[in-house]
Amino acid sequence: MFQDAGEVLMLLWRTFRALPCAWRQRRKVFEQLFEVGNASLLMACVLSLFIGGVLALQTGPVLAERGLSNFIGQVVGLSLCRELAPVMMAILVAGRVGSAWAAEIGSMTVYQEVDALRTMNIDPVRYLVLPRMIAIVVGLPVLVLFSVLVGWVGGAFIAYLNYQVGISFHAYFSSLRNGVDAWDVLHGMAKGAGFAVIIGIICCAQGLSTIGGPRGIGRTVTKAVVNSIAFILLLDYFFTRFLMLLD
Amino acid sequence: MDPCPPPDPNQRGIGLSVRGLCKSYDGHPVLEDINFEVRPGELFVIMGPSGSGKTVLLKHLIGLEQPDAGQICVGGVPVGSPEMLDRHRVAMVFQSGALLNSLTVGENVGLYLSEHRLKPPEEIRRIVAEKLALVGLKDVEDKMPSELSGGMRKRAALARALVMDPQLILYDEPTSELDPLIAVTIGEEILRLNRRMGVTSVVVTHERELAFGIAHRMAILFQGRLLALGTPEEVRASPHPEVQRFLQAGFHFDSPSEANQGAPHHEKHP
Ligand SMILES: Nc1ncnc2c1ncn2[C@@H]1O[C@H](COP(=O)(O)OP(=O)(O)OP(=O)(O)O)[C@@H](O)[C@H]1O
Ligand SMILES: [Mg+2]
Repeated sequence: MFQDAGEVLMLLWRTFRALPCAWRQRRKVFEQLFEVGNASLLMACVLSLFIGGVLALQTGPVLAERGLSNFIGQVVGLSLCRELAPVMMAILVAGRVGSAWAAEIGSMTVYQEVDALRTMNIDPVRYLVLPRMIAIVVGLPVLVLFSVLVGWVGGAFIAYLNYQVGISFHAYFSSLRNGVDAWDVLHGMAKGAGFAVIIGIICCAQGLSTIGGPRGIGRTVTKAVVNSIAFILLLDYFFTRFLMLLD
Repeated sequence: MDPCPPPDPNQRGIGLSVRGLCKSYDGHPVLEDINFEVRPGELFVIMGPSGSGKTVLLKHLIGLEQPDAGQICVGGVPVGSPEMLDRHRVAMVFQSGALLNSLTVGENVGLYLSEHRLKPPEEIRRIVAEKLALVGLKDVEDKMPSELSGGMRKRAALARALVMDPQLILYDEPTSELDPLIAVTIGEEILRLNRRMGVTSVVVTHERELAFGIAHRMAILFQGRLLALGTPEEVRASPHPEVQRFLQAGFHFDSPSEANQGAPHHEKHP
């Protein structure tokens, strides 16, 4: 357990040190960025629409009962951009992209492709890990922003359609504008970047330490996804505290 | 004596030395107290039964595994220090080929040049085609490794090693999986690289004819120990019973006429 943590931190440090070579790897960064976006965009859209909707559904009637239906835009807007969008997108990306990376790097390790890279004096961290880390750290915050925007629209629809609430788009968005500023959105994107580091490094480290055959790869994928999600949820609290200090 | 003497600057190939190498996996010894030396420009063959630790030994020579004890030097630099692969060009041809499955064959073969930015792209394409032709492959640059046969993959891996223009090549069973014609071509290519370019070569093989034909010196590995070490004549004359058994093993079938007598009698149906 502690050895694993040490390995992950070590890999993070080595990736960080490889950063000056990032420009050389730009083609691979774009490929991976495409993978992050392509694998998650449609899912992100559908999920966010529904998350925004369910938030409005849950909070709307409660607020309307107390005559606070004007605040619904603010409540949905804030909880989406500060909490739900980053966490949901991180979990989505861990499941769709992180698992794929763990499997890919894991099979490269098992089938000696990583060894072959080493014998050619190509650093696997620079060649495999760095482009993926950059792609996910850039891609996930963008995905969070996208999810926030779509989620707001989802919330607006439900707030309008639900007979207990029934406030207009205009009222919803003006309430949202009052309560949510750019900093809140940035807060969510910063969280997304933090989660991206966690997902990327855990999945790559698991992949590189794969042993055994196909079963080893299976184990790697499971561990990578489960650990990523666990750490996302745990560190979410601490990220939030930290970002609140900056407020 | 200095454990890592500096390489001879007039020689293109680099030598290597192994001192007291031990390695075990989970308390299970795989290599025990291995000592040998390969001189610059030499063609050194390692033979031994399956599972005797030949692949593990080769991996130690290029720094893919850390020894439990002992020291290995390649070209005067201790293996495992980061500068070894920076200072010298050492290539390994893996038993399974180990081509990168996400790249085309051409990209695989040219990977060393493109990743280290040693040549412009057109030049790389030319070199790749040339090296692939050398190992008898044509028009495979745009195929994926999974579209090749096992033997073709192995030859592509050899081409990938040649592209590095290495000073030391480690071959792990370069001719297994190949048909006799191609095996001869590859054997000749190994010999040519060694003779004409002075590349130091370490060849692991089960092919006794090839081994005794090309080796300057050879070693027999048996259950993690070196049982014999020396010129092919010295090894052939080794008094060790296991070595003799290994070198003299061959197919001894009954002649067809005798075999038929023992075979089950087939009844003829009218
Ligand atoms: N990573 C590893 N973990 C545990 N045991 C290993 C590992 N690598 C090799 N071994 C063991 O070391 C021994 C030697 O393996 P090695 O691959 O070197 O054999 P070999 O001489 O190359 O055989 P072959 O001719 O069949 O290729 C085997 O018993 C194998 O089980
Ligand atoms: Mg082997």
